[in-house]
Amino acid sequence: MKVKKLAGEFAEVETGRLIRTVNIQMLPSVKVGDYLLVHAGFAIGKIDPGKAQETLALLQ
Amino acid sequence: MKYIDEFRRKDLARKAAEKIHEAMVPRQVRIMEVCGTHTQSFHRFGLANLLPAQLHMLSGPGCPVCVSTQRYIDQAITLAKHKEVILLTFGDMLRVPGTHSNLEKERAQGARVQILYSALESLAIAHAHPDKKIIFLAVGFETTAPTIALTMIRTREQRVKNLFFLTSLKTMPPALQYLVSDARLNVDGLLLPGHVSSIIGMNPYAFIPKEHKIPCCIAGFEPLDILEGILSILQQIRRSKPCVANQYVRVVRRQGNPRAQKIIARVFRRCDAEWRGLGNIPKSGLRITQDFFDFDAEKVFPVIEKGKKLARHTQCRCGDVLKGLVLPKECRLFAKACTPDHPIGPCMVSYEGACNAYFKYR
Repeated sequence: MKVKKLAGEFAEVETGRLIRTVNIQMLPSVKVGDYLLVHAGFAIGKIDPGKAQETLALLQ
Repeated sequence: MKYIDEFRRKDLARKAAEKIHEAMVPRQVRIMEVCGTHTQSFHRFGLANLLPAQLHMLSGPGCPVCVSTQRYIDQAITLAKHKEVILLTFGDMLRVPGTHSNLEKERAQGARVQILYSALESLAIAHAHPDKKIIFLAVGFETTAPTIALTMIRTREQRVKNLFFLTSLKTMPPALQYLVSDARLNVDGLLLPGHVSSIIGMNPYAFIPKEHKIPCCIAGFEPLDILEGILSILQQIRRSKPCVANQYVRVVRRQGNPRAQKIIARVFRRCDAEWRGLGNIPKSGLRITQDFFDFDAEKVFPVIEKGKKLARHTQCRCGDVLKGLVLPKECRLFAKACTPDHPIGPCMVSYEGACNAYFKYR
C-alpha cells in the first residue's frame, strides 16, 4: 500500500482506489511514496523496491 | 497493483515452473508450507498443476484460528454470556467449535459478539460503551502480537478502563522445533512464513538446517514467491546444503523488525502454550506481563473455568492435518460431514485453514 499522507503515528495509504488509515508506530521512518506491508491495520514492514526488482530479475 | 501484479505474471510463473522441473530430484519430495496463507495462495492460483507429480506440498500449523484450543473457545463463550460484556474477535473465530457451542450460536442467542478487522478498533468501541466491559479475543502469531501489544499500550495511554484482552498468542519457531523433532513428519523442506519472518527475522530458524538438516526458504505469498521458494528448497536438496534462504527479500530483513520485537517484549513474556492438535509446546506462547495485568481478561474475570478439559468426540483429524501427517481429503469427514457451512474442525472454519483451502479449490 502506498503512503499518501502522514499524520503522527498514522498514515493514509492507498491500495487500488481504496484509501485507508494505518498505524505506523512499528516502522522507524515512513515517507510519502513508500510502499508498506499492512497487517490488520498496522504497517509491519516497508517494501524495498530494489530488492523487489532483484527477485523478479532472477526469473527474467 | 504495484508489488502484487508483477508477482502474479503468468510468463514468469511458467519459467519458474520450468526451473522447478529441471531442479527436481528423482524421488518423492515433501515440502511443508508452514503458513495458512501459503496454503490458500497455493490452491487459489492452482500452483499444484505446474509442479512435478512427485513433489508434494503439506500444510502446517500456521493458522492461528486452527491451533486455538477448545478450552479457549469455551472461555470466550463463558465471557460472552455475561450481559455487561461485548466480545470482540477476528471474523474466523466465530464458528470454531468449542465443547458445546460456538460464538456464532451464542450471538444468535443474544450474546454481543462483534467482528473487528484491526485490534485498534477495540479502543473506539470501548470509548463508545463506557458502561460495558469490552473483551478482545487476541489470537495470532508474531505478526499479530505487536498489533495487540500496541493496542494495549494505547489503551493505557488513553486511560481506558473497560477494555480487556483474552490472549492466545503463539510463536512459530518452537512449534517448528516440535514438528521437525517428530520422526513421523518426514519432510524434505520447509516453506517459512513471510509475514511472521518480517517481524522475527531469519535467525530464529537457524536450528532447522543446522540440527535437523532440513532446507528452508522464507517466501512471500504471491504465486512467483511460492514457486521461487520451492525452487530454492529443491536447489538446497540437490546440493545437500540446507540453509535458511530468504526469497521474500523485499520485506524480510535478517534481523526482522527490531521495533516490533521491542513492542512485543514490553507487553508479553514467553510461556508454554497448548496448540490444538499438537498439544503443549514449551515456550511457544506469549502471556501478558505483570505490568499489564490490568488488561488481562484471565486475571480480571476469574469466572473463566480453568483447566477443565472436556473431550469432544468426533472423527475430525484436524490435529493430524496441522502436523502434516495427513492431507485434508484423507479425513473421513472432509467434504461430507465437514464443510465450510458446517465445520466440524477448525481447519475447515478459517480462511487460512488447510481443509477450507482444499475444499474451496477442489
